Amino acid sequence: MKIVLIAEYRDGQMLSGYTELLGFAETMGAETVMFVAGSDAVLPAYDGKLYLADAAVCGEYNPDLHKQMILDVVAKEQPDMVAFCHSSYGWDLAPRVAFGMKAAQVSEVVEVKDGAMVAPACNSKLRRTVTCKTGQTVVTLQAGAFAPVEGGGTPEVEKIAVDGQGRVVFEGYEEAEAGGVDLSKAEVIVSAGRGIGKPENVAMISALAKALGGEYGASRPVVDSEWVEHNRQVGTTGQTVAPKLYLACGISGAIQHLAGMKKSEFVVAVNTDKDAPIGEVADVLIVADLLQFVPALTEKVQAL
Amino acid sequence: MNILVCIKQVPDMESKFKVAANGTWYDNQDLAWRMNEYDEYAVEQAVQLKEQVKDADLTVLCIGSDKVKETMKKALAMGCDRGAHIDDADSWAKEPFEIAGIISEYAKDKSFDVIFTGMQSQDRGSGQVGVLVAEMLGIASVSTIVDFAFDDGTIKAKRELEGGIKANVTVQVPALVTCQLGLNTPRYPTLPNIMKAKKKELLTIPVADVLKVDARMETSAMYFPEKKGGGLVLEGEAGDLADKLISILKEKTSVLK
Ligand SMILES: Cc1cc2nc3c(=O)[nH]c(=O)nc-3n(C[C@H](O)[C@H](O)[C@H](O)COP(=O)(O)OP(=O)(O)OC[C@H]3O[C@@H](n4cnc5c(N)ncnc54)[C@H](O)[C@@H]3O)c2cc1C
Repeated sequence: MKIVLIAEYRDGQMLSGYTELLGFAETMGAETVMFVAGSDAVLPAYDGKLYLADAAVCGEYNPDLHKQMILDVVAKEQPDMVAFCHSSYGWDLAPRVAFGMKAAQVSEVVEVKDGAMVAPACNSKLRRTVTCKTGQTVVTLQAGAFAPVEGGGTPEVEKIAVDGQGRVVFEGYEEAEAGGVDLSKAEVIVSAGRGIGKPENVAMISALAKALGGEYGASRPVVDSEWVEHNRQVGTTGQTVAPKLYLACGISGAIQHLAGMKKSEFVVAVNTDKDAPIGEVADVLIVADLLQFVPALTEKVQAL
Repeated sequence: MNILVCIKQVPDMESKFKVAANGTWYDNQDLAWRMNEYDEYAVEQAVQLKEQVKDADLTVLCIGSDKVKETMKKALAMGCDRGAHIDDADSWAKEPFEIAGIISEYAKDKSFDVIFTGMQSQDRGSGQVGVLVAEMLGIASVSTIVDFAFDDGTIKAKRELEGGIKANVTVQVPALVTCQLGLNTPRYPTLPNIMKAKKKELLTIPVADVLKVDARMETSAMYFPEKKGGGLVLEGEAGDLADKLISILKEKTSVLK
């Protein structure tokens, strides 16, 4: 079996996701080659063949051109599979490449079971096993699902390029607003999820955080609703945190949220739903209505 | 301007799911159904674009059984002009390539200037349909947008990347965008608009008329993830639970010392 691994580069940096692609390839017992649109100034630690496109010329984000170059690599290498990270780069590019290859695509693979790809469904509440009917397949891998393997060594670089413009024009990056709280330094984080129901209840969460000597955070819907400012969002598109105690209140435990808080030392979840996926990572799952439990806990902690 | 927005009806994610008897999908019975969350942002953005350019026609498309008309009515009440219901009682089993095939077959001769979809569905979560529709139609696409502006044939969008970073991009129409949470604030349909929506055209097309591609994969099993165990589950009265948690935190962590 042969896999083309699609590594990522952004703003002068190699992103570390390729080590998980290597972990996946190891699980599959596959032979690999790698593709990246990057720069020869920063190469992945990979002891194999690397097809390198110059990001300064072909764009770091240029779906039309990147698709074409990957299809060229595929034509040359005739792999059984092309593997991407399930990231903003991967999920944008993978369907384009799959379409060009006439291949089936399995998104957000979390596991390989008897050779078949397993992906989550229904906000991670369920899992499904997928069977492909095409000879070649394209997969995107959920972040953290496959243990990273440090490649080591220096790749054997083959430079590639493609002509043309691409229809989507990249105009530049925009960094997250800095300032405000730095959740990455907090020892205790109490986070509010959509289960808090209404913006007035943020006060309840922040009061508990204060009583515990920590900060409060939030899941994305709470931030999107503008109940809490963005720099308190925990998750893939927010902050990555690693407190001693993470208390998730009314948070279901979608993978994108878990990605930001998995490194917490001790996790307590408060949820009315005993089956909420947050239960999978929680050391203690309190099955209760947070509107009753949170004030009760705050009062008792204050009285200590 | 001709605009299309594609929506899906999905179960409320807080539902109690059961695996269906066939073992390959969840049981469709006893679930509360709603518009896929990502698609609500797509509908709102499509309606805003229609309001901005004035001279526009906005179609909402949904694939599914008769039941999905309820969700389509919400989109019509939010401001879509007409509905195209692709009648398919088995849509739940269709994989993204087939769904995209159906949509592009419907759209191919209608010269849509802008097509909106959600970035993914909440149930299947493949995140492929929008981009595949664009590939099939041979138009440009931008995924995961959190900001959208249109001026004189050019779309300016922000794509959401990881860690709070965004990419600014521009693209000429015709183009397709897939919408991410937080793109806008989806409106609630007002009562007068709900009444008006009842009179809007809702055309039903049998799926057989627009399904021209074959499936490339199938879901062969669906199941609940194995409980890894270890975690303590506590139930009871709030005050007692608080006491229990405090003693656990004292024992297992250093935060209450
Ligand atoms: C590309 C991408 C990036 C994303 N990035 C992030 C990110 O960075 N961070 C993030 O959080 N999400 C992110 N998401 C969104 C993520 O997929 C989920 O939608 C989100 O995490 C869900 O938030 P939630 O758990 O608060 O809400 P829900 O999933 O709606 O869960 C609410 C929970 O509250 C419980 N509940 C309800 N009422 C009560 C009550 N009274 N007491 C106790 N419990 C109650 C319910 O049982 C449920 O489990 C991203 C999604 C995508 C596609």
